[in-house]
Amino acid sequence: MSAPRLTDLFETGLDAPICLTWELTYACNLACAHCLSSSGRRDPRELTTAEAKAVIDELEAMKVFYVNIGGGEPTVRPDFWELLDYATAHRVGVKFSTNGVRITPEAARRLAADDYVDVQISLDGATEEVNDALRGPGSYATAVRALENLAAAGMKNFKISVVCTRHNIPQLGAFKALADRYGAQLRLTRLRPSGRGADVWDELHPTAAQQRELYDWLVEHGESVLTGDSFFHLSAYGEALPGLNLCGAGRVVCLIDPVGDVYACPFAIHEEFLAGNVRDRGGFAGVWRESELFAELRSPQTGGACSSCSFYDSCKGGCMAAKFFTGLPLDGPDPECVRGFGETLLAERGTVEIPRPAADHSRKVFVPLSRRPPVPACDESPLVREGAR
Amino acid sequence: MIDLDRAWDLHPQVALRDEPFGALVYHFGTRKLSFLKDRRLLAVVRGLAGAPTARQACASCAVPPAELPRFGAALGALARSAMLVERAPAAGAGDGAP
Repeated sequence: MSAPRLTDLFETGLDAPICLTWELTYACNLACAHCLSSSGRRDPRELTTAEAKAVIDELEAMKVFYVNIGGGEPTVRPDFWELLDYATAHRVGVKFSTNGVRITPEAARRLAADDYVDVQISLDGATEEVNDALRGPGSYATAVRALENLAAAGMKNFKISVVCTRHNIPQLGAFKALADRYGAQLRLTRLRPSGRGADVWDELHPTAAQQRELYDWLVEHGESVLTGDSFFHLSAYGEALPGLNLCGAGRVVCLIDPVGDVYACPFAIHEEFLAGNVRDRGGFAGVWRESELFAELRSPQTGGACSSCSFYDSCKGGCMAAKFFTGLPLDGPDPECVRGFGETLLAERGTVEIPRPAADHSRKVFVPLSRRPPVPACDESPLVREGAR
Repeated sequence: MIDLDRAWDLHPQVALRDEPFGALVYHFGTRKLSFLKDRRLLAVVRGLAGAPTARQACASCAVPPAELPRFGAALGALARSAMLVERAPAAGAGDGAP
């Protein structure tokens, strides 16, 4: 079986994505400091139920096995469960990310009974203190209640999804213990400087020593811990981490945002990475197959400043979005390059203008729970409209 | 290595998607994704359901006997990840094995 390496095949793209991220709404009850999509308020242009179902029909026709649904907080969409059922009835599996706010005992039982649905509860600290500092007061308790409900409903192997930061890298063992306690699987992903993440990345991204610690921990735990392939830039430390170890943007993954815009990846909500819209005449399939941007991403990449580096084959220059939103050139090292070249560039970058995301739906009023000022109608919590539970 | 003299099927929750390099294989239950990079192996996998044994599925795809161990191992890997399941022989058929 002398077939070429899979990653070489994937670099030229596939007729349909392997999986894709679909953010159903920009509305969110939380206001996490590092939100990759700068979510908060619903956008009035969001896809209607009928439009969302048309997208699912396309995914079924393209044999996209599953979608990663997120937001915003996807479960606050009134038609969330309807769309979930529609997708699974059409053999499009769903894995959705939630902060847990709607994972009641009843919802948990429903999820546990459906083989085609998987759930990821977002938690960015193994303790309330670390988590709530980033995700807001009460968010730890909400997430843990969701974990308890899922476990009690007999749901197996759901995910606890953690964005790795400087403050929670020391808690990797505690996260694993938490996942084990609830019969869940741990999923660790990389903090990107995307959305509001750009504002906190400098202070929150793991230090060089922590990156090494994370890499060693991931090697030690192998495939029992998921990473969504997000740490392939660390493979330059030694052996490759499990996964495809390539940037899949526009090649095997993409993002559909709540208003139907199709971006190369969930971490690149910016005009530069906008391929089209599912409302365009050719629909999602047309964008995936005919977008000039995607064709470019699927063409052979040169490595630029990294091409002479002996580790280029391992890390492929790292994450495009991480470079873009830290103001680094796309054909140079990742800001977290294990050899430190990114750090040097960051230090030298001076007053370069950092690109801002294309969409910002942050609620303008940050509402600490202790002191609640009057909130304008458009900035209200998305939960209030339907009557918070 | 699977038992080539038994009947095998794709797991009912497994879907195949053709690709230029072969196929993607996805299990909706375990949520595992695999890749079939060998077109003949893909043909064998597709033929399993209509063949009384894996050996016959291989023969129908002109797999030479010398390559049977390699194909058996590849099918074994798919069986270990629950992508393939053994099919119970129909009543009155087969060799009487349980």
